[in-house]
Amino acid sequence: MITVENLSKQYGATTVVDGVCMVIERNSITVIVGTSGSGKSTLLRMINRLVEPTGGRVLIDGNDTASEPAYLLRRRIGYAIQGHGLFPHRTVAENIATVPGLLGWDEARIRARVDQLLEVFQLDPGEFAEKFPHQLSGGQQQRVGVARALAAEPAVLLMDEPFGALDPIIRTKAQDDLLDIQRRFGTTIVLVTHDMDEAFRLGDHVAVMSQGRVLQYDRPAVLLTRPADPFVSRMTGSADRALRLLSLTTAGEAALPGASDGPAVAASASLRDVLSDLVWQGAESAAVVDADGTARGSLTIAAILAHGRPT
Amino acid sequence: MPSAAALLRFAALGLLAAFLLTPQSFAPLFAPLTQYGSPPIYDQGNLLMLALAQLGTVCCAAAASTIVAVGLGILVTRANGVEFLPLSRTLVNIGQTFPPVAVLAVAVPLVGFGQKPTLIALFAYGLLPIFENTISGLRGCPPAVLGAASGMGMSARQRLLSVELPLAMPLILEGIRLSLVINVGTATIGSTVGAKGLGEVIIAGLLSNNVAFILQGGLVTGLMAILLYDAMAAVERRICVAAHIE
Amino acid sequence: MAMTMPRLHRIDRLGALVSAVGAAAVVFLPFVVLKSNRIVPGDPRGLLEVLPMWAALACHATLILVAIVALGVSNARGRLAAALLGVVVVALAVAAAGNALTPAGNKVVRVAPGAGFWVLLVALGLMATDAITRLRPGPGMRVLLLVLFVAVAGLALAHGTFDNLSVMREYAVNAGRFAREARQHVLLALGSLAAAVIVALPLGILCHRVPRLRAGILGTLNLIQTIPAIALFGILMAPLGALAAAVPLAAKLGIRGIGAAPAVLALFLYSLLPVVANTVAGLKRVSPAAVEAARGMGMTARQILTGVELVLALPVILTGIRIVLVQNIGLVTIAALIGGGGLGVFVFQGIGQTAIDLVLLGAIPTVALAFSAAVLLDALVEIMDRTRQ
Repeated sequence: MITVENLSKQYGATTVVDGVCMVIERNSITVIVGTSGSGKSTLLRMINRLVEPTGGRVLIDGNDTASEPAYLLRRRIGYAIQGHGLFPHRTVAENIATVPGLLGWDEARIRARVDQLLEVFQLDPGEFAEKFPHQLSGGQQQRVGVARALAAEPAVLLMDEPFGALDPIIRTKAQDDLLDIQRRFGTTIVLVTHDMDEAFRLGDHVAVMSQGRVLQYDRPAVLLTRPADPFVSRMTGSADRALRLLSLTTAGEAALPGASDGPAVAASASLRDVLSDLVWQGAESAAVVDADGTARGSLTIAAILAHGRPT
Repeated sequence: MPSAAALLRFAALGLLAAFLLTPQSFAPLFAPLTQYGSPPIYDQGNLLMLALAQLGTVCCAAAASTIVAVGLGILVTRANGVEFLPLSRTLVNIGQTFPPVAVLAVAVPLVGFGQKPTLIALFAYGLLPIFENTISGLRGCPPAVLGAASGMGMSARQRLLSVELPLAMPLILEGIRLSLVINVGTATIGSTVGAKGLGEVIIAGLLSNNVAFILQGGLVTGLMAILLYDAMAAVERRICVAAHIE
Repeated sequence: MAMTMPRLHRIDRLGALVSAVGAAAVVFLPFVVLKSNRIVPGDPRGLLEVLPMWAALACHATLILVAIVALGVSNARGRLAAALLGVVVVALAVAAAGNALTPAGNKVVRVAPGAGFWVLLVALGLMATDAITRLRPGPGMRVLLLVLFVAVAGLALAHGTFDNLSVMREYAVNAGRFAREARQHVLLALGSLAAAVIVALPLGILCHRVPRLRAGILGTLNLIQTIPAIALFGILMAPLGALAAAVPLAAKLGIRGIGAAPAVLALFLYSLLPVVANTVAGLKRVSPAAVEAARGMGMTARQILTGVELVLALPVILTGIRIVLVQNIGLVTIAALIGGGGLGVFVFQGIGQTAIDLVLLGAIPTVALAFSAAVLLDALVEIMDRTRQ
């Protein structure tokens, strides 16, 4: 859906982004991960032309993004940044209503959308719509920032370290919420982070960048089992890569038919969590159960361990 | 190689000195501005003397204001003077709404005409910027530094003299500079109440419709003010650098 | 309104200062000065000499009460009430003195408030100011206090309470001119401010966007600010005079070497620096994340400027405007020297004629205007700040 063709950015003699080619699929989360200075933010910002490329182009649904004025392009793309950038002089409702207002939606439609988004993000509209940003906690501000980015129903959402300023407990919840929202709205999300754990949690596809180049762009499991570059394996970490690999599969996906008299685990839990549970409880196997209670099968420790190795 | 600013500075100073010392040599420059054969150069007094008299008045008043304002500023920021602090802030705010001319005009009925009301007006009006900046400077001392000073066993007086005042120095000097510049302007008007200064030249020009006089008075005063402002800035920098502040 | 019992073990130090100064003023300084005409220095008169015994004693008793409150009462509202009571009593006393000392129908004799009156007024004013400062009123309350004060003073003046005082006598002689010059004063101050804002705001935005220009522009404006007002008026007179001579249209528009034109031009130049500097400072304070988000959302550059940046920088910009307005009201006084009109006309005429009351006729309204402008604009800044931040 988004095609990045040979995209480059040079500032004088310095090349910040060097000939990047990527195809980002519709209805997925793509995470671009790298250390600071790797060019990941610049790459992201070339998609909505906050930074103009010096070479190459970006196609969204086959249309060159350079073919229309930048500000019109940006009204169709959601953009959420680390400092959230909420307007301090406008209420939560007014903040969220910004892009729909720019696009000329009528008032009733805007109000309905604002209320819908606030509910999706678990902020009671009656309580929060008229509050000002400085009256919200950090976590609430971050949620409003993402809601604002989604207000005009964009097909694409760009996020630049959106969870960086949150403390770890809230961050996990925020990441889970993002997964829910992506599923609900079907938005194509491109997210930039320096946190590998976050990339693995969120990304359907992960691109590892270093010094302006994309070293590998693939499913997270492939990054672990077949790293294309020593840098990639360094980033994914060699010490606990087996556990990382386990975290990519859920118990429901790996369950084998049969019963078990061990503890029950949720089908949505990752194999890493299940393993941790079993070790803690000293059990040899677990029964995999759906959210509504139906049995899905069982897992033995041996079966789990098999998933932790590259095939 | 001196910077462009330094060159301009020296040029201005040179021009000013040349004009004050040998005013008549500039006569041809001002002649086109006069009508009916009026004298092109101010001849009712010595320009150099007038300039120096004005400078003297300004500096005298500034010295007095500094002593009083800094003293009051210190008093108001001490523990047993703190109750006066909000009031002094309000007074400074109110005082700044008084136009300097009004202060001058009100001083005349108290002490008559001449140098005295100008000195009083300059003193009173010059207090404000220095007072305000002294308070800001002293209160702006990082509490950590003060804590360290007390912890080391400094008495309150030593703390004031070796820590608080030096750290407040840049702001206080800035206040003195501001006060000086405002005072040069007010002193110019002081000529309307009989104080000796360059305002005389401007007013003489206004009275006799002699544009040359007005320009001379204006330019000399303006140059003097700018050079004074600049000189104070250089002094500030020297002091701060020598004391390793900021 | 409940007053706390005076606590004798802790005497308020400001109260002590105010009481001591006030007492000294009452005892040693003349309350009014009786002049046989407007120019002679005049004879001092004390309160007891001038008013009937009962009135003078009532006055003194009130002042003693105020002193007691000043010394012992710590409740701010009580102190404010007492100070205001003192001011009212002293004002009425000086008005009564004027009435008492002026023979009926005599327009030549002048009764001027003496040093004692002024010192008392300052002392009471200090006490009132301190009390108000302690109460920490919000912006709306401050404006209300100002309006109340102006209303009461205006009513008293219109009613003729003070008509026999020297200052009001001068007013009576110059009433028509006063209205004209006051109007001119306000026009000059506001006009130059408006023109400056129109130029300075874009200039400030430019300086913010192009840092290279900042030092040069601010430096030049700073330099202009350093030139004393009358010097700048003088310097501008020559070219404006030449312009009027060379271009007849300019002369027809009223631009001449003397008069309001050089004053307005000079005031315009003086007004630039605070507004430009404050615009730059205000824009600097705007959160870069908010601007980045606005760009990312697809706002055009103009929408970002007007909808986000300027709105958030407004309190600081308004503070600059407040500085300029107060400064300009003061500077217009000097414009009188070059024929620009305004209340300074009375100030300088009074100086020239040694008629102090004429000076006061010009100086007091000027101070009142500047003070009111400061209070109103400060309140506006505070109100805007609250809703934004």
